[in-house]
Amino acid sequence: MKKHSQLKISLVAVGVGFLFAFLVVIVAGRNPLNLLAAIIKSISGFNILRPNEPVTLVNTLNWLKYAVPITLTGLSVGFAYRTGLFNIGGEGQILVGGTAAAAVGLLVDLPPIIHPIVCLVAGALAGAVWGMVPGILKAYRKINEVVICIMMNYIGLYATSWFTRACLPIDPATNARTIDLKETAVLGKVFENVPSLFNWGFLVAIIGIVVFWFIMEKTTFGYSLRATGFNMEGARFAGMKVEKNVALSMMISGAFCGLAGAVLILGEFGYGRIQTSFDNFGFDGISVALVGGSNAIGILLSGLLFGLLKSASSNLQMMNIPKEVSELAQAVIIYLIAIQYVVILLLDKFHGKKDKKLISENTEKGDDQL
Amino acid sequence: MKKILKVALAAMMTVGLAACSGTTDDTASVTYGFVTDTGGINDRSFNQTSWEGLKRYCEEAGLVENQDYSYVISEKESDYVPNLTGFAGQRDLIVAAGYLFEGAIAETADQYPEQKMLIIDVESLDVDKYTNVQQAVFNEHEGSYLVGVAAAKMAEKAGKDTVGFIIGMESETMNKFWAGYQQGVYSVNPNMTILYDNVNDFSSQEKGKAAASKQYDAGAYVIYHAAGGSGMGAISEAAARREAGEDVWVIGVDTDQYEYGKYGDGTQSAVLTSMLKRVDTAAYNAAKAVAEGTFEGGIVRYSLADGGVGIPDENPNMPDDVREAVDEAYNAIKDGTVTVSETYVKE
Amino acid sequence: MTYAIEMLNITKDFPGIRANDNVTLRVKENTVHALLGENGAGKSTIMSILFGLYQPTSGIIKVRGKEVTISNPNVANDLGIGMVHQHFKLVDCFTVTENIILGKEPTKNGIVDIKSAVKKVKELSELYGLNVDPNAKIRDITVGMQQRVEILKMLYRNADILIFDEPTAVLTPQEIHELMHIMRNLVKEGKTILLITHKLKEIKEAADECTVLRKGKYIGTVDVKTTSEQEMATMMVGRDVSFTVEKSEAQPKENILEIKDLNVKDSKGLYAVKNFSLNVHAGEILGLAGIDGNGQTELVYALTGLCKAESGQVLLKGKDILKLPIKKRLDSGMAHVPEDRHKHGLILDFTLKENFVIHCYNKPPFSKHGILQPKVIDEYADKLIEQFDVRSGQGKDTPARSMSGGNQQKAIIAREIDRSCDLLLVVQPTRGLDVGAIEYIHKRIVEERDKGRAILLVSFELDEIMNLSDRIAVIHDGELNGLVYRKDTDENELGLMMAGSIKKVEAVI
Repeated sequence: MKKHSQLKISLVAVGVGFLFAFLVVIVAGRNPLNLLAAIIKSISGFNILRPNEPVTLVNTLNWLKYAVPITLTGLSVGFAYRTGLFNIGGEGQILVGGTAAAAVGLLVDLPPIIHPIVCLVAGALAGAVWGMVPGILKAYRKINEVVICIMMNYIGLYATSWFTRACLPIDPATNARTIDLKETAVLGKVFENVPSLFNWGFLVAIIGIVVFWFIMEKTTFGYSLRATGFNMEGARFAGMKVEKNVALSMMISGAFCGLAGAVLILGEFGYGRIQTSFDNFGFDGISVALVGGSNAIGILLSGLLFGLLKSASSNLQMMNIPKEVSELAQAVIIYLIAIQYVVILLLDKFHGKKDKKLISENTEKGDDQL
Repeated sequence: MKKILKVALAAMMTVGLAACSGTTDDTASVTYGFVTDTGGINDRSFNQTSWEGLKRYCEEAGLVENQDYSYVISEKESDYVPNLTGFAGQRDLIVAAGYLFEGAIAETADQYPEQKMLIIDVESLDVDKYTNVQQAVFNEHEGSYLVGVAAAKMAEKAGKDTVGFIIGMESETMNKFWAGYQQGVYSVNPNMTILYDNVNDFSSQEKGKAAASKQYDAGAYVIYHAAGGSGMGAISEAAARREAGEDVWVIGVDTDQYEYGKYGDGTQSAVLTSMLKRVDTAAYNAAKAVAEGTFEGGIVRYSLADGGVGIPDENPNMPDDVREAVDEAYNAIKDGTVTVSETYVKE
Repeated sequence: MTYAIEMLNITKDFPGIRANDNVTLRVKENTVHALLGENGAGKSTIMSILFGLYQPTSGIIKVRGKEVTISNPNVANDLGIGMVHQHFKLVDCFTVTENIILGKEPTKNGIVDIKSAVKKVKELSELYGLNVDPNAKIRDITVGMQQRVEILKMLYRNADILIFDEPTAVLTPQEIHELMHIMRNLVKEGKTILLITHKLKEIKEAADECTVLRKGKYIGTVDVKTTSEQEMATMMVGRDVSFTVEKSEAQPKENILEIKDLNVKDSKGLYAVKNFSLNVHAGEILGLAGIDGNGQTELVYALTGLCKAESGQVLLKGKDILKLPIKKRLDSGMAHVPEDRHKHGLILDFTLKENFVIHCYNKPPFSKHGILQPKVIDEYADKLIEQFDVRSGQGKDTPARSMSGGNQQKAIIAREIDRSCDLLLVVQPTRGLDVGAIEYIHKRIVEERDKGRAILLVSFELDEIMNLSDRIAVIHDGELNGLVYRKDTDENELGLMMAGSIKKVEAVI
């Protein structure tokens, strides 16, 4: 079988996903131009249907705002995946990360700039602890990490809700959240007078991408993690501490999710939350990592893509396109990547024609398949 | 592949042009936007009801849905601000229901001080600062008093001494339901036992069902739920028990939930009555006020006296004598002989 | 005589490599035609083209004189071409018949007609002398029998051109002999066979004609009867090949590895190695002979640390290493060429260069302060590739997975030898490799001995043990059942010791 690059497969999947969305819109009897317009507006703020409408930054910033947490959770899932682990515990790790950040943001007095950094570190540590539990159980007790992760999600949900009510100052007006974080802890908006909650937390995502790339591709630690991920027995045989790698990888993966939770609390909400259900950022991370091929640049790009599909939801609805269309596109993309075989088949069909042509022309050189 | 693309593009262009030619952009009509919370537009509760109120006015005014007025569904809490700002500057009035919107409304109003907005169930925003935000609140304690009377009367009639209450979450607003209900029950019989459960969730039918099951097992004859979507579980538990021959009742909240309690062949319902909270009226009034130029910011309070809270006119399951007792209580509150406290603790 | 298959001037390019360069293969009807070549010579590519898995870059394919385009395996099947793969594709818990009819079930009134299928399988089996029980479950029959089921599958689908891809790699000598006999029977009944192999003995035994490929190029087609093994080997490798390993008398020096009263349990909890004692000296090759499954695997695992020993001692240069973790053992002077090169020897999804540094990636100069030094690694990889003649499509950046078996093994040997350890533990170093690669690897092992290393060679192939060893130990049922000097023994005596019939422990030094 020919091998196609991950990038190519992802691009085809994305293309087909959008095409599918357009077809559905047409079949549903809605105006597909509106879909196009909503997507363009979500990226640039420019409304092609109403060129006179003033263009503002708010759409673009909202897009980026949505991309930040799912890029971080994508890094989390990707990091574990490279070590051969499936971190489906992102939800719990986000919750504990956010709650830890809120606790530091509410209870500790620190100067500005230092304060959010300490909050972020607290969030990362809490996430790491939450990831460490399935990691250690997997490494030393051979217990399936997926099961433990799912249980840790629910433990996280109830534990953070209890902790917040018991230990943090609750807002008496609603009794459903904490009071606002201390001014010093909040990650401020990047553009103060644009009505988007896009905040300095985006720097965390960018640093996260660089750190992910550096650890994975450049360090001996990343080398041994990748070896463990590809062939655990082989890595063990080469004398690597496979168990330690597994536990550490889940911890780091958990830390990425913890950061995502902290960024949401510090940048977007500005208060500690008492959640009764998951926000699904962790699950979104699975899609992001999958489409991004679990590497740093890929995760950045797919984080932006999924962020766009999410931020487009509002514009879609305002342009009379059901928001489910964007969910549909996401689903198609994920399905296609999960069943890569279909995409490979498509590509082969396409290349097959090219092959035959080359033979008839008696060309010496083969095509450029990888 | 290419062919499909071409066909798709061609189709897109035709439909697009057709759609464009049909509409004109410069209508002078008033426009409205509605943002749901994470419950969605068909939540059989808050979002749905307030949207229906807004819609009722728009239809009366002859406006076109999706052009002059439309809604946007929020998936997550972090969608609130983007969804509100999406409408901001483009619609004359934005309506959002639920105290969860408090922060998001404030954020939007900070950026769009001229934007008229209606938020339901919030009264904590600074009225001097947010002059274009109308905060609509309801005297839920008054309505809850009425259903408390109904629950206690029903229990007495059946020779029972226990009723139940399920709350979706404890907060200042929510506690008004509890306060009013207690006062209503005790006004009938101070020795009545009231079971209390907090499910801490507005959207888990399962939790609501479990709490109701627990209370019925503990002897509750009527349960009043103030738990949004979770309360649907309590209603279905009651319906299931009635179908199995048990004699229990449930009281709905926000809207007339009689429909949701139907069981068997659909001619009977387990819902005794419902505590109506006319969020639709609030949305309707605000929409109308904007069109007529009389819209004002600040807190607007809807009480039992002006029809903001109450019970439905038709309650097929309620015996006449119970209804009489409820009407009596209604009149007493209306003419001021009885005052219902927002915060009540039984001595 | 007509041709069953003609593949004329076939060329196939992959990125960076030309797998087939103007190859012509003409197979006469009713013959066994062998396709001979080293690993990586392009045998698999040309067969994949014939079977429709690849499209040639240029060239013509004719089947029974008619030009055809084989765009996928179904077309090949329709043309009567069947392939017996190296790795069987059978369902373990199904019976022989169920496996054979899978995907082509005869039905009666919509119900699978197993009875008539059993009858047909039985008939086919008898016709070709396959002797297969149609009702046996796959998991209950031997590997040799499973292969016959694969053959029956092809016959059941009326294939008359059968391709055998390295069919003997998994068989015992007895089974190999029987397979050759079956092939002759098939030809007698009008079938045509294309046999892909690099084992000259088998070609000599079964084939009529032989086409030789080398490095993707067509070398020639010869008549097997009139060509010697030596001549064919020279065609395949491109130079003269020696079948015996030339080496001088061993100069054993100090004790490097001492195994004392070692007891190891297998995964089922039974003793697989019992009171095993053995010494290996610097400057000698000690061959450990034995039939597969007599405790060799567990012994090696216990030495390297992959499994725990129950009791006993293993001294490496006088230091007990039995309690040490794997890394410490490797660092204290043990190099290891493992039995399973895919599972243990390589990280297949890593590139060649990444595999080269698997032991030393965290040591200077390959890394500094935990950061890999790509330049040093690249240079090191280039050095090993050149020294050990490891061939691959994209050099040091080739994923190990896409390399041929011989080159994968060369890479492992290069890596382990370059570690310059006192003890070299070599397990089944040439399994599945071609003549050229075997010769090369054997030569390297002897070189290491001459450098004064202690070498423990574990192999199930008696030829290899006899060729390389200075002393030979025999393991039977987990016990040391023989220890003799190579020069004092012969195949017959070793065979009896391996079977447990005699015990002779005399070459103790």
